Amino acid sequence: MKLSGAEIFVECLKREGVEIVFGYPGGVVLPIYDEIFKKDYFRHILVRHEQAALHAANGYARAAGKCGVALVTSGPGATNAVTGLADSYMDSIPTVCFSGQVPTAMIGTDAFQEADTVGITRSATKHNFLVKRVEDLALTIRQAFHIATTGRPGPVLIDIPKDVSTATCEFHYPEKVEMRSYKPVTRGHTAQVKRAVTALLGAKRPVIYSGGGVMNSRGSAELLTELMGKLNFPITQTLMGLGGVPYDDERFLGMLGMHGTYEANMAVSHSDLLLAVGARFDDRVTGKLEAFAPDAKIIHIDIDPSSISKNVHAHLPIVGDVKVVLGQILKELEAKGKQPDAEALKIWWHQITEWRSKDCLNFTQDMNGPIKPQYVVSQLHEKTGGDAIITTEVGQHQMWAAQFYGFKQPHRWITSGGLGTMGFGLPAAIGAQLAFPDETVIDIAGESSLLMNIQELSTAMQCKAPVKIAILNNGFMGMVRQWQEMFFGSRYSHSYCESLPDFAKVAEAFGGVGYRIEKPEDVGPTIEKALAIRDRFVLMDFSVTREENVYPMVPAGAGLHEMVLS
Amino acid sequence: MKHTISILVENEFGVLTRIAGLFSARGYNIESLNVAPTLDYTASRMTLVTRGNEKVIEQIKKQLNKLIPVIRVEDLTNQSHMERGMMLVKVQATEKTRAEVLRMAEVFRASVVDVSEASYTLELTGKENKLEAFLRMLEPHGIIEMTRTGPVGMRRGAKGFSVD
Ligand SMILES: Cc1cc2nc3c(=O)[nH]c(=O)nc-3n(C[C@H](O)[C@H](O)[C@H](O)COP(=O)(O)OP(=O)(O)OC[C@H]3O[C@@H](n4cnc5c(N)ncnc54)[C@H](O)[C@@H]3O)c2cc1C
Ligand SMILES: Cc1ncc(C[n+]2csc(CCOP(=O)(O)OP(=O)(O)O)c2C)c(N)n1
Repeated sequence: MKLSGAEIFVECLKREGVEIVFGYPGGVVLPIYDEIFKKDYFRHILVRHEQAALHAANGYARAAGKCGVALVTSGPGATNAVTGLADSYMDSIPTVCFSGQVPTAMIGTDAFQEADTVGITRSATKHNFLVKRVEDLALTIRQAFHIATTGRPGPVLIDIPKDVSTATCEFHYPEKVEMRSYKPVTRGHTAQVKRAVTALLGAKRPVIYSGGGVMNSRGSAELLTELMGKLNFPITQTLMGLGGVPYDDERFLGMLGMHGTYEANMAVSHSDLLLAVGARFDDRVTGKLEAFAPDAKIIHIDIDPSSISKNVHAHLPIVGDVKVVLGQILKELEAKGKQPDAEALKIWWHQITEWRSKDCLNFTQDMNGPIKPQYVVSQLHEKTGGDAIITTEVGQHQMWAAQFYGFKQPHRWITSGGLGTMGFGLPAAIGAQLAFPDETVIDIAGESSLLMNIQELSTAMQCKAPVKIAILNNGFMGMVRQWQEMFFGSRYSHSYCESLPDFAKVAEAFGGVGYRIEKPEDVGPTIEKALAIRDRFVLMDFSVTREENVYPMVPAGAGLHEMVLS
Repeated sequence: MKHTISILVENEFGVLTRIAGLFSARGYNIESLNVAPTLDYTASRMTLVTRGNEKVIEQIKKQLNKLIPVIRVEDLTNQSHMERGMMLVKVQATEKTRAEVLRMAEVFRASVVDVSEASYTLELTGKENKLEAFLRMLEPHGIIEMTRTGPVGMRRGAKGFSVD
């Protein structure tokens, strides 16, 4: 049977198992929107800005473990989507974005709302396509989902000219995708796995350092927890890896890196073996490269060979999928039947306990003083039992959320790590909420970041996503102010927001519930009240200490062991 | 160090931009790049010459492999291989110098591809250093214009470089 491009689009999405598409219409995608209207195969969530469509798709993908899907129009629709694509690219989040394009005959003529979308998005996507013939559409969509979700995941964009959506052809859905140029390796090299196990068993001061790859590899967190338990090794995680093992396990040292814990950074700095699992040795993690784990033999498990030995030389690389390789390691450990060096580990744990006793995240909330941001995050943890899905914006509040929330499970922590995109948290929260309508989803926000995509309150209202927004409102671009205080002689150049709105009223104006909280004693009760509301979004505007700093902190360019504690 | 890399890619729209874009985005330099379809018209073969230390070259190879339409990447540098470039050079030829220019062409086994009252255009194929030497010899006669390809290269021996 002959189908139009637009019909092929909806048929293919249905077969890919797409349940939700985040989008915004415009001229050249109208044939597709018309087909969406007629077929009603999936839910379409109308966002208020295309950037938010991509962030929502990202939040959805990370919570649901599926591919996020977005649909935008040509020109400004596509350019608005670029930040969201770049964000998903940096954090390796599987998303497919469809953009409309002017008709093929008009490409290159500076037509109305024409942009070179494939050119603009080339370096912000894992791959992109311009479909020039309707006959190529089905296979391209199939390949796009395949590329987005396998190997190191990432965003893929498909640019569809208007005449391709209206032209017709025979529809064949390719059941299998085979690409001779794209075959990611998932199984680790057997000899390397054997060597790794020997190294693990011989280590005296080992540390496991896991990252976002554990989130990308569904089901691997259990194996990671098992391995940590079997070896009794300390573990630290990147910002992207939080939730990889339960936060309250004794072996979890907290996050490492610029705002990592004292014990995590000291342990890494003094380790003789570092097992890196799906982490990419980002500069926020390593600090000064020459001072990073100088005595450690480094084993690096990563599905992307280009992540290995990019910044830090790996002595023992294992290319493969985290879950598969951890399975191989556990099996090899079993087969060997040997135990790690218990005597050495005892001494090592003793040392770690001593570092830990610094209690570097300690803070006190004076119940008669102003609200501390750390206190709000701790209260959020307490009132949700640590079971909420947390998204964030970018800044100090993001670091406090990472340090103080405490994640029991994987896939409950959704933050913009690599690109650090302010305005990410609210749309991402909406995406996560749609994946799990009955769960509690909280965007821990800074007031400046929230203002970057606050229009999405309207989306939350329309799609009935009862997200909670907790603003840690310090009246500053706190993270910028902190740097200015520490490195620029406290000259607060343009890091404050004058004329902030009354956020509670803004929330109400959009149809949600808004609270302004000024006293520590009101923090807990307000959170409880907010959590009970399930039929609309709730915004809690916590007025917090204005000039609080995030500690510990490794100053830019310093080694991890040179962190400042207060 | 200079590296010559063979790349087999899908013969599709935009591949060249992806490769050029990768080099510019990551700050690698391309000294020369040659592209043409292979016997199998669905694939193209490139020979790329670049410079960098071991670490940089390693990343270049990994990043090239990571591009979706790239099928295979092979660094020829540390293997027994051959490289050939081609050059067209238009040189002044006066009554006095015509014979000498022709003699030079003969010595280098260059062929004459165009003749006018005031010039010869010569075609020469060979290794980089041979092309360089030829240019040096012609220079005194006055080179009007010159264009050359970067080298194309392949491994010596019976083994091929193909899709599978
Ligand atoms: C204000 C701010 C402050 C920050 N401070 C810190 C900080 O103090 N500490 C910190 O850790 N981060 C911090 N970050 C985040 C930082 O910028 C990086 O985003 C983060 O460190 C990267 O995490 P990752 O190494 O886990 O890599 P990711 O970006 O999550 O990459 C995942 C890695 O796993 C690999 N992978 C993917 N899928 C698989 C699979 N299936 N199998 C195997 N491997 C796979 C990928 O190839 C990649 O190498 C901060 C960010 C911001 C915005
Ligand atoms: C889109 C974007 N622009 C600029 C920045 C740089 N930046 C990083 S943190 C920050 C301040 C964030 O302020 P706020 O949202 O109030 O959070 P706080 O740090 O106060 O918790 C800025 C401007 C960024 N990360 N993203």
